[in-house]
Amino acid sequence: MSNTNSLLTIKDLHASVEEKQIIKGLDLDIKPGEVHAIMGPNGAGKSTLGYVLSGRDSYSVDSGSVTLDGEDLLEMETEDRARAGLFLAFQYPVEIPGVSNLEFLKASVDAQRQARGEEAITSADFLKEAKAACKQVNLPVAFLKRGVNEGFSGGEKKRNELMQMLLLKPKLCILDETDSGLDIDALQIVAEGVNSQRSADRSFIVVTHYQRLLDYIKPDFVHVLSDGKIVKSGDASLALELEAQGYSWLQKEPVEDELEG
Amino acid sequence: MTEQIDKALAREYEAGFVSDVESETFEPGLDENVIRRISEMKGEPEWMLEWRLSAFREWLEMEEPEWALVDYPKIDFQSISYYSAPKSMKDKPKSLDEVDPELLRTYEKLGIPLIEQQMLAGIAVDAVFDSVSVVTTFREKLEEAGVIFCPISEALHKYPDLVKKYIGSVVPKKDNYYAALNCAVFTDGSFVYIPKGTRCPMELSTYFRINEQNTGQFERTLIIADEGSHVSYLEGCTAPQRDENQLHAAVVELVAMDNAEIKYSTVQNWYPGDENGKGGIYNFVTKRGICHTNAKISWTQVETGSSVTWKYPSCILKGDNSVGEFYSVALTRGRQQADTGTKMIHIGKNTKSTIISKGISAGRSNNSYRGLVRMNPGAEGARNFTQCDSLLIGDQCGAHTFPYVESRNPSAIIEHEATTSKVSDEQMFLCRQRGLDPEKAVSMIVNGFCKEVFKELPMEFAVEAGKLLEISLEGSVG
Repeated sequence: MSNTNSLLTIKDLHASVEEKQIIKGLDLDIKPGEVHAIMGPNGAGKSTLGYVLSGRDSYSVDSGSVTLDGEDLLEMETEDRARAGLFLAFQYPVEIPGVSNLEFLKASVDAQRQARGEEAITSADFLKEAKAACKQVNLPVAFLKRGVNEGFSGGEKKRNELMQMLLLKPKLCILDETDSGLDIDALQIVAEGVNSQRSADRSFIVVTHYQRLLDYIKPDFVHVLSDGKIVKSGDASLALELEAQGYSWLQKEPVEDELEG
Repeated sequence: MTEQIDKALAREYEAGFVSDVESETFEPGLDENVIRRISEMKGEPEWMLEWRLSAFREWLEMEEPEWALVDYPKIDFQSISYYSAPKSMKDKPKSLDEVDPELLRTYEKLGIPLIEQQMLAGIAVDAVFDSVSVVTTFREKLEEAGVIFCPISEALHKYPDLVKKYIGSVVPKKDNYYAALNCAVFTDGSFVYIPKGTRCPMELSTYFRINEQNTGQFERTLIIADEGSHVSYLEGCTAPQRDENQLHAAVVELVAMDNAEIKYSTVQNWYPGDENGKGGIYNFVTKRGICHTNAKISWTQVETGSSVTWKYPSCILKGDNSVGEFYSVALTRGRQQADTGTKMIHIGKNTKSTIISKGISAGRSNNSYRGLVRMNPGAEGARNFTQCDSLLIGDQCGAHTFPYVESRNPSAIIEHEATTSKVSDEQMFLCRQRGLDPEKAVSMIVNGFCKEVFKELPMEFAVEAGKLLEISLEGSVG
């Protein structure tokens, strides 16, 4: 039995995409309020883990179990996982032309509130919250009227993801390489946004290739993912070690194309 | 993903009920005698009968067009009944109290209350049931403004000169096969006249309902906007769910005199047939408007119904500085086929036209845009902008674009843009990851795709059109 007060418990997870096994026996236990960083070389399965947990079609679980708040996560539809409080910040957010950000966000919030049996939020109240969220992630309010991610720059898309997180108030946030493509100023804004959302009842999985992000978002735990498994876990100092030494010393077989930390 | 979309598309057709109304229906068959009987039932003047008969003789010589990208069995015109009317309408009820309550209930069920207390504020409705007009609301209020809004059969009695002057003036009798047939056998439809300098005080609307089995519906609409006037007209249509195909061949003529403006919006929701293509309406319609100097005609259509659609609402930009617009959303699913678009004929100087067409194909349907932009030699400084976007849902449907451009004036500017896109797995995943169910996700993505057209619709219709797409897409996701 997993710890009863765990938020997320992953046990011996094996998962594939297009018949190719990517996750090969992964265990992870996350308690409310914890921030876990998952690092690893390209192709280790970092993004796959986020997709498998959030229930993307074409990603299939071969064996193992995942519970969120004690509920079997793998049994749930994608949208039900979101309604249960799981949020994925995409590495490459997709555009939805003609659907305004505001309309999209209101529909998302409405769907989640309805699923929880809460009253619908009024449009006026929602607009107020959305404007505040814009301000927090340093996006002009005009972005609420624009199509979802339509013509946004890379940095704007990432901040837009963060804005969605602020409004949806999830229990578990998975940030999938949120730092990729961001300059240092944008990185700081994103990190500040994430830090402002840290609380005793919200946990984070921060997937990243680089230690850089972890200078701003201090993790409680750092795990190294390699070839579909967690090969080493530690505290924040592990990330610094990786920065200095790269990933190869943790991999069973050295990767030819060495990637710097 | 495709499976989910198909499921979402497998909707119920909400208007598919049949009203229990006793009708007087002609035996199937078509000859000059049938046409004489229709004319007699309507008590028409002699010239109208002669006009019908000459159209019929032209029609007999014509060939059914085969150039459209639609496929359906040959229509047996002798197996169709050309007139059907509720018996209760025979004595021409003087007021709403005399109208068969079953008829009123039918329209109420369709969301078009005709009873005084419940009437939609700001919209006058002409309710056409099979071959006759049941009721036209708000007539007194319109008369105060000098606006004529009545069934065309009534206009033939009350305003024969106006009808005689304009009928067939925009769509000639032998314009095309179905238009000629309509001229011969049309039964009812709406007539609108807006006097000089008058802004019509309310939206005008005609709601067409096919009820009787094996009948064709051949309505005819004529709208005349006199100099400097303005009118917005809406049209809606539904039919019961039946296994047999039914033919609907309408003609709409618009005349916009100098400085006049006509906005014509359609929400077409005829029964589309079932998943396998059984049943549904053949919607073969000719719609055309003529713009005199500085006049403007704007067509907006949302086409979600019918098993086969063949329809090209067009503008003849005769007057200098006149403007034509065409905004279209055509959604096909199941086995539906649509071949629709527009014709913009630029004759006058500095004429302008805009075409925005959004085609959405799902299931095993086929959706074609076919449009003609013609710049005549005299169309100095004319401009056209065309944008055709296709959205594919799933991988078994087809989207086609057939733009025809004929420019005979070197100063004319013609722009054409076209895109084809799919509802992608990534978009669906993003929506669902934020908590939206697949149906809501598809309808949101499709509504976003159609936004440019929806914003052209009068407000009540924009909401209805959005809802219609939602119903149309229910269960279409996978």
